[in-house]
Amino acid sequence: MANPATVTGAHNAAPVPHLSVEGVTLQYKTKEHLVTAAYRIDFNVLKSDRFVLLGPSGCGKSTILKAIGGYMKPVEGKIALKGREIGKPGPDRMMVFQEFDQLLPWMTVKQNVTFALTASGRLRGNAADERAMQYIEKVNLANFVDSYPHMLSGGMKARVAIARGMAMEPDILLMDEPFAALDALTRRKMQDELLQLWEDTKFTILFVTHSIPETLSGRVHELLFADEVEAEATHD
Amino acid sequence: MTDLDVTRPEFIRKGNTSNTFGVVEKPLSLTERIYDINWVRKAFIILVLAVIWQVYASYVNNVLLFPTLLETFRALIDGLWSGGLLKRAWFSLSLLLQGYAIGLLLAAIFTGIAIGTRIGQDLLETLTSMFNPLPAIALLPLSLLWFGLGSASLIFVLIHSVLWAVALNTHSGFKSVSTTMRMVGRNYGLTGTSYIIKILIPAAFPSILTGLKIGWAFAWRTLIAAELVFGVSSGSGGLGWFIFEKKNQLEIPGVFAGLLSVILIGLLVENFIFRVVEARTVRKWGMQS
Repeated sequence: MANPATVTGAHNAAPVPHLSVEGVTLQYKTKEHLVTAAYRIDFNVLKSDRFVLLGPSGCGKSTILKAIGGYMKPVEGKIALKGREIGKPGPDRMMVFQEFDQLLPWMTVKQNVTFALTASGRLRGNAADERAMQYIEKVNLANFVDSYPHMLSGGMKARVAIARGMAMEPDILLMDEPFAALDALTRRKMQDELLQLWEDTKFTILFVTHSIPETLSGRVHELLFADEVEAEATHD
Repeated sequence: MTDLDVTRPEFIRKGNTSNTFGVVEKPLSLTERIYDINWVRKAFIILVLAVIWQVYASYVNNVLLFPTLLETFRALIDGLWSGGLLKRAWFSLSLLLQGYAIGLLLAAIFTGIAIGTRIGQDLLETLTSMFNPLPAIALLPLSLLWFGLGSASLIFVLIHSVLWAVALNTHSGFKSVSTTMRMVGRNYGLTGTSYIIKILIPAAFPSILTGLKIGWAFAWRTLIAAELVFGVSSGSGGLGWFIFEKKNQLEIPGVFAGLLSVILIGLLVENFIFRVVEARTVRKWGMQS
């Protein structure tokens, strides 16, 4: 009944896709319905892409991101990162969320970043500390390393989350409307900062947003449009 | 669009530098600062109550019904001096600690099973809803029957008073951990025990701490009550038994001294141990104001 989001954006025939999404259909259950959030989606993300998934609220773009994160299994189709199919969540695909509580409140800024590195087994001891400091400095929070998240402003929290994601040096950074909860001025600033960080390190980003200005400031590589009307039908 | 009110033109306010206006920071007066200290205010209240007690008891002038504060203190110091009261208090506390520890261990096991499996969760929810409203002291007769007169039956009752309060709070704490935080934990590749220890327990710590406090209060009350019913085991008893004995010997100041020590120990644990834990954890983390 529900005819979900379909992809109409064109994409380059890329030689070696970094992340490939092939014919992926995603469904989740609510108490009453089985909702199809995405239907036969295809796209490829290349290395060092800033790939933007753009669409209205509720069109299934966050669900696609969750599936790439490994939190959801596609009903059909295949998602592969560097040729390996995605099974469960892992530190090679770091997520940056829009919620402020994505930082662990019982740890300082530095511990939050270091813990990500040690808990995932990427680095340990001094190496983890150094890497954490390096990325915290990159997001201009060196003066706040020993602050707890509740002492920081929304923009600063978002910066810590980005520093944490980048410190892991993941194969791909998945950002789910990371600036949506920020005020317009801070958001604008964060977008510029993110772009600057990308210029420095050229990491691969998959960015989900419903804000067209955000997409434009991100200099889009590829757009994924969702059919708004049908998408809304899937949600009710 | 051109309806701009010309009498109130737009303006841009220039920021002041702090030296152009007066007070930015002014120290509070000494009395204000003293009044701001929590324990000073509370100590004052206690002092007033103590004075009222002393005056009223002197007026009643009946040691058997209502001894004065000074007589109570004398009995308390006598009790402490002879070592009787301290030994009794220690006896109660050691029983309490045993019951508390076993209760916590069981609560941990129960909630561990409950987060692991759906049926475990149903089990815990059913058991807590059954046993939480049941006052632990109501199990004392049964406990005496099963375990006999002795520490074992007291510990059994204590476990019952701690287990459900702690399990209930811990479980609801785990359930209220936000989806984002769970996803962050799994994003690091944490699973199983390390996920519980490193993400769920700290994230649910405010609720767990509440559970620990409630469990402690339940256990302490239950223990004193149980000891009042029976306290003798191999010739020694706890504080509850001390109170009961003193009443039988009509040493009413001793009864008051016993009650006072029950209150004091309760206050000490609540205001020092739990307060310190709270200040170093949930308050510092901004998870509780």
